[in-house]
Amino acid sequence: MAVPLAFFGLFFALPVAAIVGRGLRTDAGWRWGRIGEVLTRPDIADVLWFTTWQALVSTALTLLIALPGAYAFARLDFRGRHLLRAVVTVPFVLPTVVVGSAFLALVGRGGLLDELWGVRLDTTVWAILLAHVFFNYAVVVRTVGGLWAQLDPRQEEAARVLGAGRFAAWRRVTLPALGPAVAAASLMVFLFTFSSFGVVQILGGPSYATLEVEVYRQTAQLLDLQTAAVLTLVQFAAVGAILGVHAWAVRRRETALKLVDPARTARPPRGVGQRTLLGGVLLTVALLIVLPLGVLVERSFDAPGGYGWDFYRALGDARATGTFLVAPLEAIGNSLRYAGAATAIALVVGGLAAAALARRGGPFTRGFDALLMLPLGVSAVTVGFGFLITLDEPPLDLRTSWILVPLAQALVGVPFVVRTMLPVLRAVDDRLREAAAVLGASPWRAWREVDLPLVRRAVLIAAGFAFAVSLGEFGATVFIARPDRPTLPVAVARLLGRAGELNYGQAMALSTILMLVCAVSLLVLERLRSDKTSGEF
Amino acid sequence: MTLLALEEITVRFGDRAVVDAVDLDVAEHEVVCVLGPSGSGKSTLLRVIAGLQAPDGGRVRLGGADQAAVPAHRRGVGLMFQDHQLFPHRDVGGNVAFGLRIRGARRAAYEPRVAELLELVGLPGAQRRAVASLSGGEQQRVALARALAPEPRLLMLDEPLGQLDRGLRERLAVELRALFSRLGTTVLAVTHDQAEAFALADRVVVMRDGRIAQAGSPLEVWQRPASEFVARFLGFDNVVPATVAGTTATTPWGPVPVPAGSPQGAHQVLVRPAGVLLGDPATGAGSGLDCVVAARTFRGTHVTLTLEPRTGPVLEAECDLAGAPAAGDRVTARFAPAEVVVLPAP
Amino acid sequence: MSTTKKLAGGVLAAALGVTALTACGGGDAEDKDAASGSGQSRTVTLVSHDSFNVTDSVLKEFEKTSGYTVKVLKSGDAGAALNAEILTKGHPRGDVFFGVDNTMLSRALDNGLFTPYEAKGLAGVKDEVQLDKAQHRVTPVDSGDICVNYDKAYFADKKIAPPQTLDDLVKPEYKNLLVTENAATSSPGLGFLLATVGKYGDEGWKDYWSKLKANGVEVVDGWEQAYNERFSGSAGGKKAKGDRPLVVSYASSPPVEVIYGEPQPAEAPTGVATGTCFRQVEFAGLLKGAPNEEGGKALIDFLVSKKFQEDMPLQMFVNPVLKDAQLPEAFTKHGVVVEKPENVAPEAIAENREQWVKAWTSLVVK
Repeated sequence: MAVPLAFFGLFFALPVAAIVGRGLRTDAGWRWGRIGEVLTRPDIADVLWFTTWQALVSTALTLLIALPGAYAFARLDFRGRHLLRAVVTVPFVLPTVVVGSAFLALVGRGGLLDELWGVRLDTTVWAILLAHVFFNYAVVVRTVGGLWAQLDPRQEEAARVLGAGRFAAWRRVTLPALGPAVAAASLMVFLFTFSSFGVVQILGGPSYATLEVEVYRQTAQLLDLQTAAVLTLVQFAAVGAILGVHAWAVRRRETALKLVDPARTARPPRGVGQRTLLGGVLLTVALLIVLPLGVLVERSFDAPGGYGWDFYRALGDARATGTFLVAPLEAIGNSLRYAGAATAIALVVGGLAAAALARRGGPFTRGFDALLMLPLGVSAVTVGFGFLITLDEPPLDLRTSWILVPLAQALVGVPFVVRTMLPVLRAVDDRLREAAAVLGASPWRAWREVDLPLVRRAVLIAAGFAFAVSLGEFGATVFIARPDRPTLPVAVARLLGRAGELNYGQAMALSTILMLVCAVSLLVLERLRSDKTSGEF
Repeated sequence: MTLLALEEITVRFGDRAVVDAVDLDVAEHEVVCVLGPSGSGKSTLLRVIAGLQAPDGGRVRLGGADQAAVPAHRRGVGLMFQDHQLFPHRDVGGNVAFGLRIRGARRAAYEPRVAELLELVGLPGAQRRAVASLSGGEQQRVALARALAPEPRLLMLDEPLGQLDRGLRERLAVELRALFSRLGTTVLAVTHDQAEAFALADRVVVMRDGRIAQAGSPLEVWQRPASEFVARFLGFDNVVPATVAGTTATTPWGPVPVPAGSPQGAHQVLVRPAGVLLGDPATGAGSGLDCVVAARTFRGTHVTLTLEPRTGPVLEAECDLAGAPAAGDRVTARFAPAEVVVLPAP
Repeated sequence: MSTTKKLAGGVLAAALGVTALTACGGGDAEDKDAASGSGQSRTVTLVSHDSFNVTDSVLKEFEKTSGYTVKVLKSGDAGAALNAEILTKGHPRGDVFFGVDNTMLSRALDNGLFTPYEAKGLAGVKDEVQLDKAQHRVTPVDSGDICVNYDKAYFADKKIAPPQTLDDLVKPEYKNLLVTENAATSSPGLGFLLATVGKYGDEGWKDYWSKLKANGVEVVDGWEQAYNERFSGSAGGKKAKGDRPLVVSYASSPPVEVIYGEPQPAEAPTGVATGTCFRQVEFAGLLKGAPNEEGGKALIDFLVSKKFQEDMPLQMFVNPVLKDAQLPEAFTKHGVVVEKPENVAPEAIAENREQWVKAWTSLVVK
């Protein structure tokens, strides 16, 4: 408990408090009056309203579209399941600038919808909502599907033997068991969409703005720290309210579950219903996720002299690399290193936090639980600037250290780790830990020997998330001063920030590589789980 | 030498004391069985000794040392859980080796030991089997091997044979007894099954509502239950109020002879079924209590009869298979003083 | 591969460096400063935005001749990088800050961010970019023009002349052709707004924008979208079926299209409307409280040296400020010289920027 508390105190609470303090405190004391002034501005009220409702609708839409997907990936065994599960996570890591443009190929002018039915969604709110589904599909599939795969299907079968119809059995047995995971996924999707930045700008155009955009403008461009501080507080309040609702919804649901080997719950689809469902899911994935990604890949090969590897070759070309301090290909190594470090930090901090949270109850624990989620809903620029003014004294003058990048990325990774591990940890029978203790295992050892193996799958899912998040993390990476070692997203953004066919093509090629790196990393992580352990897991 | 000493151990759940000022000593190499119905606090007692549950009062001493500040994993005791709690993610060998690995043993050191233990519990060569593939009895044996592996100074068993079928239970009880005496293990077991307790233990402790109702050798407890509760728990239902005067007690069944030296005055008496002697009213051989046989149950070597006496509550009797009366027969009942125990008044 | 290793070594060294600093930083602050004054003075740190670039060999040469090791820290875009410096004023992360431009110069100067220093070789720098000539708190390093670019092929096809001035853009023949960026979030977007302010004055620009809006100007959020998605003259825009032949970009964009063409075209596919430009000048300054002031001064000298100035165009696509710096061939051949860019005084920008942007937003976006 002490480690995660210290981590969050030092790398989140303190920096954010400091930056808010800078904005609201003058020599004459706190200026709470500013809050009222800012909030009554009609443009701010508009932004707040838009931010909130689009996040709620996006979350609902994501659940609606992704829950069948979670089922299909968890319970139906079909060819290419693992590959596809990695693919749906790819959007998560791509810089929004890149994906936004690919998404336009689906909903924009001349896009698929336009050509088929003459429907154009860009610069409408629908484009934003759909893109949010695109980005967050994996969150639902992975968190909900992860637990779903481990639920004992016999319980549902038992309910059906007792006379419940297929849907009734699902609603009364499976849904309640999935409750915590669904709630956790919704919460994360909400937080992500609430703090959406790039998607809203690219697809919505300048007339749509979220709080995040406003905070960025006020802080990074105008240095109006007062307004930024108020908006940050508003973000806190909104996120806090949602966390409250979430805690209330989950507390009644979390129970010990009997978990089984996920490999045993998946079966080939049977019957018209399951086949139709699977078909629908695959079609959704193809249209919503594979198509936009495919457009990126297509463009990366679309060289002037016809399709070819030109842009990829250019990545190693002297003419192209001359403009960089390091070759774009080295960005892959940088990305993997940063993401690896961030994942390690997130796993340690998140794992400890989840372990502590799983064992203790009480309002303090719930409060800490909520605190862990806050970074998802707070602007990267707030945290980044907070770092600058708090971590500036020895022994913690980290302002120019590379470690700040993975630290900031880990802040976003930790909530994933906690959210993914907690339901499983709570489902582990406490007496197994006691059995280990009586056999001589210290609490730490018991955690390592009992909890960890049992939650290994959850850990791997969490690690995958944390890894993917830090691989694609752009906001904080770009803000935090770092000796020049660009990550893939940074390199892509740099290439896109220049004119010239070669730069554009290389940006597409690097994006494709980023997708590959992400997909391969996730596949490798999934493979790790099927090694020598026997027994149920 | 006393290995385990409990002094005034009290555990409260809310305002209910589930363990109420329990004192108990277990000597080295002794096998003690705590016997009691479910909810009598016996499992809680084990958890207190193991360090999994902090007592609200009293002291646990192991080898003379107060364990108050010693966490569970440093107490050096073993506990076999009622439902085994085998680690589902490890195979049989991994489960048995767990305690050895925790103590830093290397594979080369613990593998022969695991093999030895599995042989000991009758599962030779089962190392690589998955826990989920084991039957209840096999899981039990693995749990036992796992608990034995680190050679705990005190081995605690929670309903060790609880979930097994009868034949297996009786056989395992005998095996365990032999095993413990061979290994010289100090054992504290809890069970609700008197047969199990008597088969295993050097000494039996009967618990009721968190308190010790009686402690003694199986024979002592069997022969001289200390209270109506113990008597009934041991399965003796022939208990009635009585007024003892000399060697005769006046009871609802009429006069009952009691052993010489029994306490005098208002008490209860227990008549063990074997002490109910039956006669044929037709032959008139001796006077006795007139009864009708209400039911007859075979018990393998003997028959248990439920009698409805002319006066007083239902009476249970035992007789040989040969010549046992049938249901509806009329019999007379007399009482053998050796099988009568005077119990304190309720 | 060896670069990778070196890089990894660099990471390690940087990490160790931090640790070492941390380890000896247990005493009071003055001790530490003294220590870094002598012990650490061989490293000079440049803080900049993400667009900063320099050819490796050019930097190496400076390191060799000066004896300093240069550490470059990049953080965010120009605005974010400057604001980060303001937040850490007096206790900076490095010695020199590069990347404050004339739209933000006042904010930097008002916050007293820099120690005055007159760079060696400043005499060779063009006079019109020396905006702090009296005090030398900042030194001009580069300039660049934000201008409307046009798709040559489109106008050749349609047989109409491409626009050249701001006035041209509101003419009916250019209806629905221009895409620009959000002035609130994009630096070229703001530059273009300032060009109109410079041309039409504090009130007149609003009328102009009303006409521009009536003439179908499209506003997107950032340069990447405008140039790579909507503009028909760029590689990305062609793939994304961009249909706007006019875009607000940089005067250096056409040469860049040539340099990064695949294969390199003989002529730039795009042109610059030279009557639509706003000139951005970027400055560097010696940070107050710099741990290595001497090194910082040497670094600023380097930034206005001929070597760096001539390296800059192909690294950051900006123009040198040194009078005798040679432009690369691609720039002289495919680029244009903007004779009369629009101008707004830094003080006026500082004072009115937020208000202009707000007015612009409600006029054009909403």
